[in-house]
Amino acid sequence: MAEPFILIPGRTSQQGVTLNEGKYTEGYRVEISTLQVAPEDMQRLELEDGDLVRVYNEVGEFTVPCVTARGDELPPGMLFISYGDNSSRLMGGDTQGCGMPDSKGLDVFLETATVSE
Amino acid sequence: MSTTEAATETAPGLRVVQDATCTFCGCVCDDMELTVEGDRITKAKNACVLGKAWFFNHHVEDRPEALIDGQPAGYEQAMDRAAEILLSARFPLTYGLSDTTTEAQRVALAITDWIGGIVDTTTSVCHGPSGIAFQGVGEVTCSLGEVKNRADYVIFWGGNPAESHPRHFTKYSLMPKGEFVPNGRKDRTAVLIDVRKTKSAKAADHFLQVKPRRDFELAWALRALARGVELDPSIEETTGISLETLEEIMDGMKKAKFGVILFGMGLTMTRGKHLNSEAVLALARDMNEHTRWSAKPMRGHGNVTGADNVVSWSTGYPFGVHLGSGFPRFNPGEFTASDVLARGEADAALIIASDPMSNFSQPARDHLEGIPSVVLDPKLSDTARTASVAFTTSTYGINTGGTVYRMDDVPIPLRPAFDSPYKSDLEILRGIESRIRQRQLAESLPDPAASGA
Repeated sequence: MAEPFILIPGRTSQQGVTLNEGKYTEGYRVEISTLQVAPEDMQRLELEDGDLVRVYNEVGEFTVPCVTARGDELPPGMLFISYGDNSSRLMGGDTQGCGMPDSKGLDVFLETATVSE
Repeated sequence: MSTTEAATETAPGLRVVQDATCTFCGCVCDDMELTVEGDRITKAKNACVLGKAWFFNHHVEDRPEALIDGQPAGYEQAMDRAAEILLSARFPLTYGLSDTTTEAQRVALAITDWIGGIVDTTTSVCHGPSGIAFQGVGEVTCSLGEVKNRADYVIFWGGNPAESHPRHFTKYSLMPKGEFVPNGRKDRTAVLIDVRKTKSAKAADHFLQVKPRRDFELAWALRALARGVELDPSIEETTGISLETLEEIMDGMKKAKFGVILFGMGLTMTRGKHLNSEAVLALARDMNEHTRWSAKPMRGHGNVTGADNVVSWSTGYPFGVHLGSGFPRFNPGEFTASDVLARGEADAALIIASDPMSNFSQPARDHLEGIPSVVLDPKLSDTARTASVAFTTSTYGINTGGTVYRMDDVPIPLRPAFDSPYKSDLEILRGIESRIRQRQLAESLPDPAASGA
């Protein structure tokens, strides 16, 4: 069953490095396609590193592998992904008159996903 | 110092460029020592992990000068086609501009003016909300040199400099010994405010883990304490930070001799946006009742601050400016790129050194894909792949000289490392501008046949 989370897309040094290597490199693709989940949530949802999860909101969705966030970097209920193509799929076109779409602190749902044959 | 004077040949085919400038992030570190072998940089002394990746991966790639509808083309033909596209548009958008020189930015803005379009920069999806906030409450500002030499209390808010600006701590804000902070880090108190306990937390004396989307409330709680207003302990339920901690922080802020708040996109991209920035800017202003405080946005791209400066000094507004009425009109939400694309309004686009096809909202991407576009980028991107005309350009700072603005609005000259066979953004934009003006002037002259001459 899908559970509500708050998604924080953001910059990482690995994203910055692989961005320079090229957006079509494996390193960049992996970096922007890996979802960090708090250890407590990984345990509660019986997820293991590499499991595929589907993240969605009213705007869009993406399906990516998840990993356990380092130490206490993420509080339970919060997800993190490197800013990029996937995170942007959950951004709406409305900027509430300021030019900036909601890009951080997004209300999303997460559920486990399976690879389609 | 010119590029030539700064470069020395240490062995056949091997050159060292002193005091080169890194343009990857807003720190714009200008103390690089680059070793160049042919058309590659093989060493980048003083560069951080991001700077090294920047210098080592921008070598000359074997690509066509341009692509027209996906087919290889020369520069001249591509500039002709680009001018045709822009002249045919009724509501063209110029966008990007944060990863090119100030000189190129000026020409891009001139083109937009000639064709009566909108000019917007990546600022609108970065610190655009802070730009709006500046207009609301002003900005008590300072340079990074002042931070280095004076700041004894530094608050990082909604940012993760350890990963996004790796040398900020060591070059400007925490570690350096300065004139009034002779013991460097020992003379400074550092606070990190963020929703995540990022790698930057290790560098801070205090970490305040604010609840998501509660930055506005936290800033106003601190404003209240700055003014001596008593707060209810329930503020902890709202913000995630106890009243005791807030009072301790405010006590330290008031005792500081020179404080600075360096804030990131954790404020501008989250609900509240410009109101979050406004609250933090107002807090810095309020603190000047007690001691000296400033607030500065942490800027991401190498010359995004230059884009703000060029658009501001040219039009009076920093981004999201419409030039189609014969005078500049500024209205975020109406004339910002994300909006005019998502609403399906722009009918052509000139995109310089940016990749909105991979980081804009889906409705904006869908519309951009369907309109004619002219794209300038040193590397292939999703935006370049879908462009009607895609120019391959040289890389600013590595192949091209010029000026960029550091995140504290200080202009820094570039010292390129090696030549590129590809034209610079400036050269291509000048070529497009020249073609547009020739067409416009020809059309404005009276027809000799009609006048009987």
